[in-house]
Amino acid sequence: MNPEELKFTPTHEWVHVNEADGGWVATVGLTQHAVAALTDLVFLELPKVGQQVQAAKPMGVVESIKAVSDIYSPVDGEVVEVNQAVVDQLNLLSQDPYGEGWLVKIKLSENKLPDGLLDYEGYQKQCAAESY
Amino acid sequence: MSKLLRTPLYNWHLAHGGRLVNFAGWSMPLEYSSIIEEHKATRQACGLTDVSHMGRLRFEGPGARAFLDRTLTRRVDDLQLGQLRYSLVTNDQGGILDDVVVGCFPGELGDPVFLVVVNAANRQKILEWVRLRLPDDGEIVVSDLTTIWAMFALQGPRSGEVLRSLVDFEIQKLRRFRGAVVPLRHPARNGCRAIISRTGYTGEDGFEIIVPHGIALAVWEAIMESGEGFGIKPVGLGARDTLRLEAALPLYGQELSAEVNPIEAGLEFACDLEARDFPGAQRIREVMAAGSSRKLVCLASCGRRIARNGHVIVYGNKVVGTITSGTWSPTLERPIAMGYVERPFAAVGTLLEIEVRGHREPAEVVPRPFYRGAHPHIA
Repeated sequence: MNPEELKFTPTHEWVHVNEADGGWVATVGLTQHAVAALTDLVFLELPKVGQQVQAAKPMGVVESIKAVSDIYSPVDGEVVEVNQAVVDQLNLLSQDPYGEGWLVKIKLSENKLPDGLLDYEGYQKQCAAESY
Repeated sequence: MSKLLRTPLYNWHLAHGGRLVNFAGWSMPLEYSSIIEEHKATRQACGLTDVSHMGRLRFEGPGARAFLDRTLTRRVDDLQLGQLRYSLVTNDQGGILDDVVVGCFPGELGDPVFLVVVNAANRQKILEWVRLRLPDDGEIVVSDLTTIWAMFALQGPRSGEVLRSLVDFEIQKLRRFRGAVVPLRHPARNGCRAIISRTGYTGEDGFEIIVPHGIALAVWEAIMESGEGFGIKPVGLGARDTLRLEAALPLYGQELSAEVNPIEAGLEFACDLEARDFPGAQRIREVMAAGSSRKLVCLASCGRRIARNGHVIVYGNKVVGTITSGTWSPTLERPIAMGYVERPFAAVGTLLEIEVRGHREPAEVVPRPFYRGAHPHIA
């Protein structure tokens, strides 16, 4: 996926919405910036299919040698698909965070995205402000 | 926040992708590329780490040897020129104030000077501890050389080959825990020398190199250039931590503190108790005789979550200990940890569980260390 067409959370998740069966389904992943900052990923824990998730609430965990970070859901909805391949092969996440390294698909409870998501430019600005 | 201290390699670290973090008041690289890659380079070839943040204290004068002998847990009275020892500094209760390496080297006029390398976070505390106990006869001078000397750790099986061409000295004949004041062949500066010892903190063969601040960058670059064909990598403090943890070497602030007695940390070997006195010696003898109630153990997990400092160790429903350090071991490819457990649960083979964020990760007490590197057999 082209990152410039994605929406972002301030907590470094990306989200891309498709229409399916009359509803909205969001594909969610971690950004390149987040993956590069974590480096040396060793463990990934994702929600289960059928689980209800809430925007800005933790839905999983990513652990690197350095630290553990929560993964936040960008949207309200129900998990409809989990990328088991990335759980088994964490290098998919480090090598292709916007493609094969996607994490979960979430069926939105309402057909709209929550307020507060950033566009690509806004997210880049945030990353620049955070960098050291 | 006060300004962070910088080593003479600060700009080099920045220019080579070093991710700088605050470590005990110093701006130090946590990693350059990846902790796992830097770790593996050290195990398989060699890695170079800037450890200039560590405190370098020099003790000299006719009273220096006797003073250190009654201050450190290891004997200093018989330390020979060119010899180094791992030692502890303990308080009157036998609690650990720092773990250090003490070395004896010839001074400018040929008399022995003693170099004590202390942890960065403990430098001021140890200086204060020492100054309060110095005799007032003026026969000992203590100098803090930390900011005018730089220090590097070159670690890994190829280290000797990398260093050989840079010194006028048969570096590969240096034995473990031996050191020398060595003339540098490169960079071409007249008369510049380095203190080089065969020591380290990775469980691997290797050297620690102390040079004056002014030539630090040139020496560092010369080592990197010499190591290019051997697969050298710059190594940050992240990999330094995974390397020392695989070797089960304790870290002050994690495994060691003023609340920890050397016996429970498994550091009996670092206490020379026979016919000696130093702060806390009597207490350490008592703990040794009675046996400590808890012990530092190595834990290997077959789960995937990393146990980290402060996580609780349980046996059934009973809390039996606390994790001090944990990581994912790049060599063993599984989570490993160290922690203190009550003595009945400290035997190798004991199956315990670690509470990691609401999950119980199974863990087994395994022999210490997790990893032992091949060391050269040089007589």
